Order: sequence, then structure tokens, then C-alpha cells
Amino acid sequence: MSFKKFLSLLIAITLTGAFLTGCTSTGNKDSSDKPVRFGQLGEPETLDPRKATGQPEGQFLLQMYEGLTAYDADNNAVPAAAEKWEVSADGLTYTFHIRQNAKWSNGDQVTAQDFEYAWKTLLSPEIASRYAEMLFYLKNGEAYNSGKVKAEAVGVKAVDPNTLEVTLEAPTPYFPQLTACYSYFPVHKKTVENNADRTANPETIISNGPFKLTAWSHNEKAEFVKNENYWDAGKVKAKKLEFSIVESNTTRVSLFENDQIDLTLDPPPSDVERLIKEKKAEITPHLGTYYYSFEVEKAPFNNPKVRKALTLAIDRSAIVKEVTKAKQIPAGAFVPLGIPDAAKGSDFRNIGGDYFKDNDIETAKKLLAEAGYPDGKGLPPITLTYNTHEGHKAIAEALQEMWKKNLGVQVELTNQEWKVFLKTCAAGDFQIARDGWSADFPDPMTFLSLFVSNNGNNHAHWKNAQFDQLVSQAKTTTAPASRVKIMHEAEALLMEEMPVLPIYFYTMTYMIKPNVKGFVHTVTDYIYFKEAYVE
Amino acid sequence: MLQYVSKRILSLVLVLYIVITATFLLMHAIPGGPFTAEKKLAPEVLRNINARYHLDDPLWQQYTDYMGNILKFDFGPSFKYQDRTVNKIIADGFPVSLQLGSLAVLLAVAFGIPAGIIAALRHNRFLDYLVMSSSTLGISIPSFILASLLIYFLAFKIKLFPAAMWNGFSYMILPSISLAALPMAVIARLMRSSMLEVLSQDFIRTARAKGVGQGLLIYRHALKNSLIPVVTYVGPMAAGVLTGSFVVESIFNIPGLGRHFVTSIYNRDYTVILGITIFYSALIVFFNFLVDIAYVLLDPRISLDKKGEN
Repeated sequence: MSFKKFLSLLIAITLTGAFLTGCTSTGNKDSSDKPVRFGQLGEPETLDPRKATGQPEGQFLLQMYEGLTAYDADNNAVPAAAEKWEVSADGLTYTFHIRQNAKWSNGDQVTAQDFEYAWKTLLSPEIASRYAEMLFYLKNGEAYNSGKVKAEAVGVKAVDPNTLEVTLEAPTPYFPQLTACYSYFPVHKKTVENNADRTANPETIISNGPFKLTAWSHNEKAEFVKNENYWDAGKVKAKKLEFSIVESNTTRVSLFENDQIDLTLDPPPSDVERLIKEKKAEITPHLGTYYYSFEVEKAPFNNPKVRKALTLAIDRSAIVKEVTKAKQIPAGAFVPLGIPDAAKGSDFRNIGGDYFKDNDIETAKKLLAEAGYPDGKGLPPITLTYNTHEGHKAIAEALQEMWKKNLGVQVELTNQEWKVFLKTCAAGDFQIARDGWSADFPDPMTFLSLFVSNNGNNHAHWKNAQFDQLVSQAKTTTAPASRVKIMHEAEALLMEEMPVLPIYFYTMTYMIKPNVKGFVHTVTDYIYFKEAYVE
Repeated sequence: MLQYVSKRILSLVLVLYIVITATFLLMHAIPGGPFTAEKKLAPEVLRNINARYHLDDPLWQQYTDYMGNILKFDFGPSFKYQDRTVNKIIADGFPVSLQLGSLAVLLAVAFGIPAGIIAALRHNRFLDYLVMSSSTLGISIPSFILASLLIYFLAFKIKLFPAAMWNGFSYMILPSISLAALPMAVIARLMRSSMLEVLSQDFIRTARAKGVGQGLLIYRHALKNSLIPVVTYVGPMAAGVLTGSFVVESIFNIPGLGRHFVTSIYNRDYTVILGITIFYSALIVFFNFLVDIAYVLLDPRISLDKKGEN
């Protein structure tokens, strides 16, 4: 090809480009039909509620499907596909009454059989769901999943098309909350039964939520339109939702600031301060705790006094202010804010209060001396391990400096790639390791049961018979007040023994255009677009 | 020619065999598997999953099964994206990367070659210095910096292009410039030095003495001869650019194949790692083959079948 041809081709391309750019900026401007444009955090692994495991899936499924219950803005479970439910006196049997007018997107009635079918297939060894554990609350759920009993033995039964009877392994007062999670969503039995692939594509998915998926282009975008057959369609305001699937947090900010999306979350920490100042973002609590685990089986961290000394000798307020910068809440305990306590309107964390003082260097020094290491003398070399990430590194370095300055304790830092790190933690092949926990539903039990002996996520390998006893007692207690009281006791014991070093409670930064209204988000950062609209 | 082609196909099979085997073994040697998750799975749940994906089979059997499936061009299901197969992931992502990559390769060649020629013709003069210093910039500025600068100035400040996403031609401009900068600079440098070398040779002097005009001299006599190093570079470079770039695709949120090269390893998504490695290797071998053919077209002294006879 000659240079002239090259050149003319290039000019042609450039002109076409300019022409197309000109076109895209003149969209139609009918304000009543504006779609809600959301910057979604990642590509869903699947759209089958039975196989979903995380945030990206949940965000899609929450718009498309509806469980027996749903969350309101205060994290309470409220009636959704079920109009009401009853609990037996022993707390073991729940009877859900499904709305007569609950409909699938093809107009079929949503039945109790659909729920029974979805839950049982989720638990089946063949589907091999990664979130099967979410349904181990059902009687024989675990036994069926491990192939010990038949599906008929699982504690869920459609008594009639509108009545679902659920039997549990143990009384679970937060069961109505659980049924709002996507793992408990129904699937359209008639179409899915013989062809499970029908849950994969927009053309074949039949769903029962406020919206139905009409297009999904992988790793790029998805479109939902209002489901006219939804029982509560009168309350659904937006005709259309447009999700852009954007993994990179800087790109989400770019799209938001360039007016390509109306709402998104989790910008890079370095942008948070500016976005708040420009009134483009707001911060809300997120149900998660950032902490470190001590490997308690090995010296010197087999001594609670050493663990406590290190925990007390750090300045969390400084960390959240100078290092993490997204208004995280310095943790004085383990269970984060945002979980209801027994009394209406009260918060578990506020009732429990703080179990230790932040930056309490004096007590820390005293404890370290009592443990036999005055001013850090005599301590073996200590290494702190974190998974490779700028944010974790900054916090680890802050801790390293504080321990050196406040206690004279020298700590080495080392980092590992994520999955290597997970292996290291599970094997207990560390001294101090970064850790974190975010809950799937708002109950203190998701945080406390982590530290039961032999829990796979108890990286500290801490074992305490009294703690185990308290947790199992709380699991079988049905009266809300006494149950919550036992959980407060368990947390107090955990904080007395200090196998973990809480640093802060997570927050979530939402970037919201001022004209976006009506959406509800939970403390686990799932967004309900049911009543959302753009003015 | 036929003999040469069959030889190349044979070597392709051998190369792919080695690549697959090495990748397979390395991949299983990295600690952590596809189902190592932050929230640790219950043992019975993990057992069901391993059974479903045949990860509980002995490694040699997984290997032979995999090889058998490859012969049927079946790269298996993705472990991470549960409802998608690796074939589907490549089919979804590659056309996007191909579009973007073609534009980038075109830009790199269309600007790199003339720039190199101009620099050579104006050797040690202003234009030469200009081309060489801007190509130094092109080589040393990482694509993510260039991409951010382009977004800042051309998307935010003068609002000429969208900041990210993939919705048509205007969305391709900024990412393709970010992708093209480095190869463009390399091409300009290669072109300049090989042009300088060719221009100093006897046949050029002869042609000049015979009164061949400057334009014709460059086009007919010097260009073809000096393109060989550029072509050698463009072949594998094109294979790389056409399969996408993790950085550029992440920044501009482009649903291409490039990001899977990196994320599949984080995810330990074994089948995706293998599938795209095989795909990429095959593409590189293919482009090197094209390069060899181009040699013959450019220089009649080179023959593909007979070696060592000039």
C-alpha cells in the first residue's frame, strides 16, 4: 500500500470518528423515561441464584428475582414474595404464605414448589453450589449435600401452591433475613427442571422480581426493563436500568464524572476526600471488620498479654484519618455497626460499646512487661504477613512504626499474592496476618461464629471451650433479648482473649448524582432499584 | 513452499504441545486453586465441586483428558464464570480485542514507518531529533500513564471522546492510541536505523548516479530493503496487540480478551489460563509464519525452502 493510500485511509478513519462522536452527544432527552445508570463492580459469575456467590451476582439477581423477604432501608427483613409467615414455638418451623398475585415474568404464578425446587437443587451434590453452606440451616441440608440422605429428607416442603413449610436444624431467629439473600431465591421450576442452562441467558431467564434482564454483554454492560407481571409493579418507577460492568475503581470514577453513569460505589481511597468535598459522594457503614489475626498456637502470641499489648498500642484514629481516608470507624470491638440489637431501633455495637481504649500505650507497655518482655526486650523476631495490595501495605507500615515507637517492638513485613496468602492463613503458617470479614446478612452470629474452634475461617486457630459453649447456646436460644445478651458475652470473651486485633469497621463510599432517588441499599451493600428513578 | 508450510505446521504442533504441558504443570504448581476463597468452603461442598470439575482425578488423568478435549477444540468450562465455556469467552473477547488491536497496529505502522523514513532522510537534523525524542517518550511512557493523560485532556477537558466503555468507533480512539504509542515508537526507530544503513549502500549510490529521483529512490530501492527488521518486529507485536492488553482494557473498560490473561491467573481459572495461552501461542506462531512469507516478498534473495544457499 502506498503512503498516499495509507494517509487517505487514516483521514477517512479520523473523520468517521469525529462524525460518530458528534452523534453520540445528541441523545433523546425525555426526563420521565430516563434509565437508571449504575456502575456495577464486576462481571457476575453466573445468573443462576443457586450458583451465585458474591456481590456482582447479587446486584443483578436482586433486581431480577425476589425472595420470600427483602431488606428495608433499616436492614430489617420485610415481606416480599411471601406476604406473611409464622414461626413455631420451638423456633424450628417457619410457614411462609406466598402472595396469590406473585407472578413470574411470563405471567405464571410463583408457587411454593418453585422455592422448594430451587432450594433442594441448590443443595444437591450434582449442582455442586459453592454457596451450599447458606442453606445448611435447613434440616438435613448438610446431610443431603454430602450425600448422606435423599432430597425428600430436606426440611422444605410445598404444602400447597401458596404455603411453604420450612424445618430448620436449629432455631435461627435471623432466618427471615436469610431468605432475603439470593441463595434463597426461587427459580421457575417448569422451565429450569429439564434445562438448567435456561438460567444463563437473557432470552431464556424467567424471573419474579421488579425487573427482567433483556441484554447482557459480558464484562461490559447489561440492560433490564420493568417486569409488568411483578406483583408490586405499581411501585416500580424506572422503565429501564442500565448497568455498566466496571471492575476498575478509577474507571468507575471517570465514568461517573464524565456523566456516563448516575450511581456507583467504591472509588479509590485517594479520591474519596475530594469526592466528598465536591458533594459527589457519601459514606455509609459497611458490614465488615478489618483486622489482623495472631497465630495463637506459637510463642509469643500464645500469651494473651502480648496480643493485647500489640492491640492497644496502635492509634486507629490516626490510621483511618491519615492512611485509609474513607471515614472508616476505629474498631473498639469485633462486631461492626449496622446490626440491630434486641430493642427496636438499637444497634448491637452501640449497646456493646468498646472493649478497649484506642492508642492506650501505657496499659500496652504494662502488659508487655508482665508477659516478660519489658520494652520489647527478649521478643523473638516477629513477621507480619499481608496480601499484596497498596492499601494493606500502607496500614501494615503504619502498624510497624507505631509498635516500634510505642513499645520498642520490631516487626518485619512480608506480602503474598492473594490465593497464596489464603493458603498461608488456613495453614497457620504466619505470626500476624491481615484479615477481614464481611457479612452476608446482618446478625452478630456471622462474626462471632468465625471463632468457634475448627471454623475454617478462624485463622488465629484460637480454641476456647467457653466461647464455643456461648455460641452454641446463642444458636439455640429463641428469645431475642437473652440471645443477644449471650452474644454480647461471647464478644466480651473474645475481646478479653484477643486472638484478633480489630483495626476498623469498613465503610462504603457511594457516588450518587443528586437527581437519583428512591433506591434502597443494605449495610451489606446490595442495592434495590425497585423504587429508584432519575429525576 | 508446500514443504515449508508442512514443516511449519509440524513445528506449530510441537510448540503448542510444549506450551500446553508447561502451562498445565506450572499452573497446578501455584499454591491455591480455583476454589480457594476468602470464605472457606465447607469440606463436603468442596468435595462436590472437585467431583463436578474432575479436579479429584489424578493429575495425569486430568492432563490426558484435557489433551483429548483439545483435539476436539473443546477448551472446557470456566471455573469462575460458571455458565460460560472457555471457547465462548474467547469468542466474546477476541473480536473486540481484534478490532481495537487492528486499529492500533494500523496506527503504529502508518505513523511509525513514515516517521522513521523522515528521520533517516533528515539525519542529524531537526526533524530527526524531533522524531527520535518523541519516540523515546513513546517507549518510556507506560500505557496506563498515557491512557490517563488522554482521558484527562481529551475526555474530561475538551470532551471530544468518551472516558471509557465500548459503544462504537469514538470509543476506540483513545485506547488504540494508548496501545499504539509503544510499537509506533519502536517501529520509527527500527525504520530509521535500517533506512540509514540501506542508504549508505553501493546500489543506492549507483541508482543516484544514474539519476533516479529522490522519491522513486526511496520507494523503489531503499524502502523494501529496509523493511525487513520492521516486519520481524511487527509480526509478534501484532499477535500481542491483537489479543488485547490488560492495562488498556481495564482502564477503558473494554470487554476484550486481554484482561483474561491476568485475571484468570489470579482466579486460578485453570481452563481459561490454558485456553488463552494456547490461543495466543498459536497466533504468535501464525504471525511468525506471515513474517517469513513477507521476507520472501521483500527480498528475493531469501528462500523458504532452501537454507544456506544465497
